[in-house]
Amino acid sequence: MATKKINTSSNVYTILYAAVMVIVVAFLLVFVSQTLKERQTANVINDTKQQILSALNLRDLPDVAGKYAEVIKADYLMKADGELAEYEGEFNTSYKSEFDNGNLHVFEASVDGQTKFIIPMNGLGLWGTIWGYIALDEDRSTVYGVYFSHSSETPGLGGEIASLKFQNRFPGKTVADNGEVALKVLKFGKADKNSPFEVDGVTGATITSTGVNSMINKVLSAYIPFLTKQCSEELNVESND
Amino acid sequence: MANKNSEAFKQPMWVNNPVLVQILGICSALAVTAQLKPAIVMGLSVTIIVAMANVIISLLRNTIPNRIRIIIQLVVVAALVTIVSEILKAFAYDVSVQLSVYIGLIITNCILMGRLEAFAMQNGPWASFLDGIGNGLGYAAILVIVAFIRELFGSGTLFGFQIVPQCWYEAGYLNNGLMIMPPMALILVGCVIWYHRAKNKDLQEN
Repeated sequence: MATKKINTSSNVYTILYAAVMVIVVAFLLVFVSQTLKERQTANVINDTKQQILSALNLRDLPDVAGKYAEVIKADYLMKADGELAEYEGEFNTSYKSEFDNGNLHVFEASVDGQTKFIIPMNGLGLWGTIWGYIALDEDRSTVYGVYFSHSSETPGLGGEIASLKFQNRFPGKTVADNGEVALKVLKFGKADKNSPFEVDGVTGATITSTGVNSMINKVLSAYIPFLTKQCSEELNVESND
Repeated sequence: MANKNSEAFKQPMWVNNPVLVQILGICSALAVTAQLKPAIVMGLSVTIIVAMANVIISLLRNTIPNRIRIIIQLVVVAALVTIVSEILKAFAYDVSVQLSVYIGLIITNCILMGRLEAFAMQNGPWASFLDGIGNGLGYAAILVIVAFIRELFGSGTLFGFQIVPQCWYEAGYLNNGLMIMPPMALILVGCVIWYHRAKNKDLQEN
């Protein structure tokens, strides 16, 4: 600066400065994004596996991938009649587009020698998307555990659907009754404690609680053929293994 | 010079606090203070980003064309936030999930543009760095005060741990639902400003 003063307010300088800056920043961002992409994808896959395992009440695991490989025995895509067909392809981290295309995903897990089924769910809360996983016992009707998460619900209100306090209200409840989804999330305090179908929502977050209720209803309704199938019927795919 | 640097660091902590005196960053102060944990994370993130952006702008300050300086500042801030967010996603995935939308909100935090324009454009990198840290911590301090009150009275917890004993609830105590709503954050910030002005008489307008 001391040797030669550049005229920083000339048009040419301004345009050149802006152009150089844009190019430098663009290269920087592309470089950062490219170098970190692999790690980020691995993190997302790991996180999705942790979420699936959370529905089985296996939370905060040190080795998620190892536990996942040990617990999850298979995953299936359900056909319209409720038959299961083994899923082939890469590990999926979003089940929304699958569901929207009529492909229903089911995970089969084995916990302490017992078979559990996990169903991924997607829905809408107050501010953005919510999602979760529900694990069912072998009878395909009793809830074994649930996991919910959200993209942008209010912390302390709707965000509480991600808390254990809320999720612990689900295990032991019954999902369906007479061929219809009966599991309901009601306004806080409205649920009958003795009812096998009713669960209290989150205090002060009625819209998010209703969102969870609609999500469960919408997703599980599509799984009714699967849920109502007798558990004595062996899965065709298992014999192929 | 040393004195000026320490002033740049100390002033924004209380006497010239960005939230209380400059009234910057109010919107995010309302959004993230329902619980202590996000408030602290947000406070620290803003501190780091203001300090880094201040240093970069301070280094460039003699070359920046005057007519597009605001755009340059915005590009620097946006690029920094994006890079930090990408790095968090790769190396501290849990933290990035915690921050979720807040990290993007940092770009729109008025404290950044305010400090870049008011301080970094005129001062050297080291002073600007201290100014950034000071303002960030001053902002974080207000977030923590407001979040402490809101979480304690709104949810009966601190950092998610139950503080208000169960027997109080059984005796009829109720959490204050208004505390969790954004308007209450504004009222609390207002109360802190009131106290601050009462203590610093030279800020009072006649």
